[in-house]
Amino acid sequence: MELTRSQKEIQKAAQEFAKGEFDKEVTVELEQSRSYPAELLQKAAELGFVGLQFAEEYGGGGLGLVDACLVAEALCRKDSTMGSAVVLAAFGAECLHRFGDKKMKEQYLEQVTAGKMLAGIALGESDRGDDFTVLDTTATRSDNEWIINGKKRYVTNGGAAGFYLVLCRTEAKHAENSGVALILVEPDRPGITVADLGDKLALNSVALADITFADVRVPLTNLVGKEGQGLAQARAFLDEVKILAAARAVGIAAGAFDRALAYVKQREQFERKLAQFQITRHKIADMATKIELARLITYRAAADFDKGKADPTLSAMAKMTAARMAVEVADEAIQLFGGYGYMTEQEVERYYRDAKTIELCLGTRESQKDRIADLVIGKLK
Amino acid sequence: MQLLSYTEDHHRFRARLRKFLAEEVTPHVDQWEKEHIIPRAVWQKMGRAGFICPALPKEYGGGGGDFLHAVIVIEEIARTNHSGLATPLHSDIVVPYLESYATEELKRKYLPGCACGDIITAVAMTEPNAGSDLASMQTTAEEDGGEIVLNGSKTFITNGINCDLVVVAAKDPRAAEAHQALSLYLVEAGTPGFSRGRRLEKMGYHSQDTAELFFNNCRIPKSNRLGAAGTGFYMLMEKLQQERLVVAVMAVAAAEGILEQAMRYCRETMGPKGPLNRSQALAFALVEMSTEVKIGRTFLDKLIVEHMAGSRIIVETSMAKYWTSEMAKRIADRALDLFSQAGALEKTPIVRTFRDVRVMSIFAGTNEIMKGIIAKMKIN
Amino acid sequence: MNIITYSAEQQEFRKRLRDFLEREVSPYVDQWEREHLVPKSVWQKMGRGGFLCPSISTEYGGIGGDFRYAVIVAEEMSRTCCTGLAASLHSDVVVPYLDSFGTPEQKRKYLPGCVNGDIISAVAMTEPDAGSDVAGMKTTAVEQGDEIVINGSKTFISNGVNCDLLIIAARDPGIASKHHAVSLYLVEAGTPGFNKGRQLEKMGWHSQDTAELFFSDCRIPKQNRLGENGSGFMMLMQKLQQERLTCVLGAVPAAELVVEWTVERCRTAVQNGKPLIKSQAVQFALVEMLTEVKLGRTYMEKLVMDHIEGQTIVVETSMAKYWTTEMVNRVADRALELVGEYGTLEDCPIVRAKRDVRVMSIFAGTNEIMKGIAAKFMGM
Repeated sequence: MELTRSQKEIQKAAQEFAKGEFDKEVTVELEQSRSYPAELLQKAAELGFVGLQFAEEYGGGGLGLVDACLVAEALCRKDSTMGSAVVLAAFGAECLHRFGDKKMKEQYLEQVTAGKMLAGIALGESDRGDDFTVLDTTATRSDNEWIINGKKRYVTNGGAAGFYLVLCRTEAKHAENSGVALILVEPDRPGITVADLGDKLALNSVALADITFADVRVPLTNLVGKEGQGLAQARAFLDEVKILAAARAVGIAAGAFDRALAYVKQREQFERKLAQFQITRHKIADMATKIELARLITYRAAADFDKGKADPTLSAMAKMTAARMAVEVADEAIQLFGGYGYMTEQEVERYYRDAKTIELCLGTRESQKDRIADLVIGKLK
Repeated sequence: MQLLSYTEDHHRFRARLRKFLAEEVTPHVDQWEKEHIIPRAVWQKMGRAGFICPALPKEYGGGGGDFLHAVIVIEEIARTNHSGLATPLHSDIVVPYLESYATEELKRKYLPGCACGDIITAVAMTEPNAGSDLASMQTTAEEDGGEIVLNGSKTFITNGINCDLVVVAAKDPRAAEAHQALSLYLVEAGTPGFSRGRRLEKMGYHSQDTAELFFNNCRIPKSNRLGAAGTGFYMLMEKLQQERLVVAVMAVAAAEGILEQAMRYCRETMGPKGPLNRSQALAFALVEMSTEVKIGRTFLDKLIVEHMAGSRIIVETSMAKYWTSEMAKRIADRALDLFSQAGALEKTPIVRTFRDVRVMSIFAGTNEIMKGIIAKMKIN
Repeated sequence: MNIITYSAEQQEFRKRLRDFLEREVSPYVDQWEREHLVPKSVWQKMGRGGFLCPSISTEYGGIGGDFRYAVIVAEEMSRTCCTGLAASLHSDVVVPYLDSFGTPEQKRKYLPGCVNGDIISAVAMTEPDAGSDVAGMKTTAVEQGDEIVINGSKTFISNGVNCDLLIIAARDPGIASKHHAVSLYLVEAGTPGFNKGRQLEKMGWHSQDTAELFFSDCRIPKQNRLGENGSGFMMLMQKLQQERLTCVLGAVPAAELVVEWTVERCRTAVQNGKPLIKSQAVQFALVEMLTEVKLGRTYMEKLVMDHIEGQTIVVETSMAKYWTTEMVNRVADRALELVGEYGTLEDCPIVRAKRDVRVMSIFAGTNEIMKGIAAKFMGM
């Protein structure tokens, strides 16, 4: 698989941007104060790194998911946390871009791609990121309005987003999945309560919150796409962003690897460079191999998506494989750094935590396997 | 078959300690984690209640107990889910250097304070450029009249900020052979030329005051040398068995704690099809985790018995250190998966444990060092 | 610390057994592997030497020994690498059914032969369509007057060709409850309607006569039922603990042997002008293998003692069965990799070991079944 010239250029531009703008001390400060890197996002947006796969008419790059993945990888490689924060600025906008109407897109997407607004999407109602079997949030039609009631959990950018796409039941629970819809909710509507989830294992600069909707009224026109399409839209959204998450994981692993590699080539113990010990060399070989494997499946999933052959199986495989790989590679990077690896200063411990967070979100290994097995095995006779 | 024989006295000790920790430690842990230090007063309370240096002979103010008392302290502290109150390091790793190698005079001077919590100790071996490789240590100790002059810096020192007394490993630059150049010295806090650097920011162990230490023409009396000149390496080697065993106890205790919480969470949390533990994948994960923990525990208990009997089990304790610390890490990693998104929130207690256990495969000799030692003793 | 301590008699027993095996078994193993059968005369020699069924009381010709004898036999048999002479299966898995649940008449009739090697036993549970799922069993046993008529087929039966006495599980089609329909029956070889099918070609266990068995209107006297009618399932459950522990006794010594060979091979084999063992990666791999083996050994010994004490350790033995059988497979895999191309030749003993150990995580309940059972008994 060969990247096009334009893809290589975008990759290079993202690398240069990250090199020039990311600063690990600033990252640590933002993480400690739990502040979003708004300025950084602005700059990234100005250079076109937000919403690369969105249409140009909404300020997007008019490019594909492969491009978006290359940028996500490059940014996370240089700084796992800031890279993730920038990529997650649009988390939910992917869904709006695919299923929203022109007016919504003009109103919101342009702001997201300009780096002036964070996107929000509120799907799940349990600890499990991709489990919609629990879906008790309702949207009741009343004259010209939807009245929304329910509680959504683990909303990325929760409390900071400029809009939320909320997965609601519009009909009673009779038929399987039929009466479900995505409805856009503006954050300033009365009845919305945001409960921040507090300190996190990683990614403290990106908000995460539970959001309660109590008789929240929005116009009927806030329906995204059609009624009854909500679950399919949510699944399609997850299938897309799982590939982006996989790209972040590849970047995180590569970044941890870069640092470990530099360290073992420089650090001396027992009168030899660490890189001269066979056990270190083999660790490096294992790490490099794992990264390449995960990268291949991720690019493949993104390329299929861009060709209009989005494959949910491949999305789940890429997310599961890349996240696991990133945890293992970052873990090994810590080990190679020894005591320094455990210290905040050397970053790899943060890479490790960021990697683990990817594994925990959008469905864990078990969820991905459930999904892959469903798709591979199919319905039994 | 019970491998460990706990007596009534041990059980009472554990019960008293558990109560003490529930009252004096657990309620404050979150605060200490934020403040990145444990108040000295807690050490003093703990010492006066008889939980520091429980195995030290009574004549020096210790508890006069055995290694099982030490095991109990490690296990009970693990239950408080924090790693800052490093009394096991103090009681079972640092103080034993004094107990075994200090002169009677030094013992009388320091040990009672160590036992009652007035003196917090640290051991300073690691240097910025000498981690696992002790032989490349650069800190020097030179005799000058009746004094020793220390120069150099140490890093990753547990209890680095709170410590009152440090066991410092340093080299005599005039000694020809690297291994015979090393001696251990006692340095009191406040000695001119001894300064503490910044407290180090870490992935975990947030309530632990890990720090750098600096020695700049730091003069100490010659009598503060532990043992004969040049025997430092030998002393370190002698004490490594217990040090590794202590880490294994910590690792197994941490893994048991994580497993208990993961089991409870999966039992009490409802998933799409009933309690989470009805999911075959999660139930199998819990079984696999329990199996590893049980196997680790059994091996550990056997080694504790052998250690107490005075057996030389360097190979086995090195195996236990590496295997149990990796096991604890695997268990923590897997447990987070079971918690799914809740595993990404700090308010889920095992998130702290996950951050804390990561260092166990690094400190007290990395696991690669352990494997190297085993290879050397067992294969070469 | 030795977790299992052996009496002088037991040590003497081990010595005699080792001599016997060196003389009567080891020299012929290669031949038996080629012939895919162990001669019955060897069983007789072994029985007359006092090495079969040591747990059977003296009344029936045994020595009434405890489970430590089983450990000794399993360990010593492992060293011969002879899977065909399935003494552990006979003595510790099959015959105990007869010993525990047989009537005095049944015992008097069969046990002395089981002990002296005249009777080779087998147990027939698995069917072509009922592997791990005992409840899916299709073989039927119907009472007709004073007789029982058995119809059905069994597969993967160890000692299937050599066996003189079979303990077969079959269900009464008249009983609806799957669990109450199963009974165990004793079927002698030569009974009309009982046919031994073809010997199965396998990846390993070449000297073991694993076979299919067929029952076509096979009539046996009613008194050949073992225990109460319908209690088969309960009896199987009751014996599973020992069966699994017996698997562990096969797995751990096999792993020990593989590591021993591999270390030896890596010492002598030369690559790029130096012994393999000088490679750090090889050393670390060996250290990891040694460590896992030691952990498995320690856990095994503890469970043996718990079992002897009469504890219910279904969860623990299920865990040990899966963990040690996976461990021996990991060890054998890694060992083959370390020895390189030599590991592709039958001449290399690890090759046979690898072929032989692969089935351990499958037989006696697959490891997935083990995990399911452990989960169930842990309340999940």
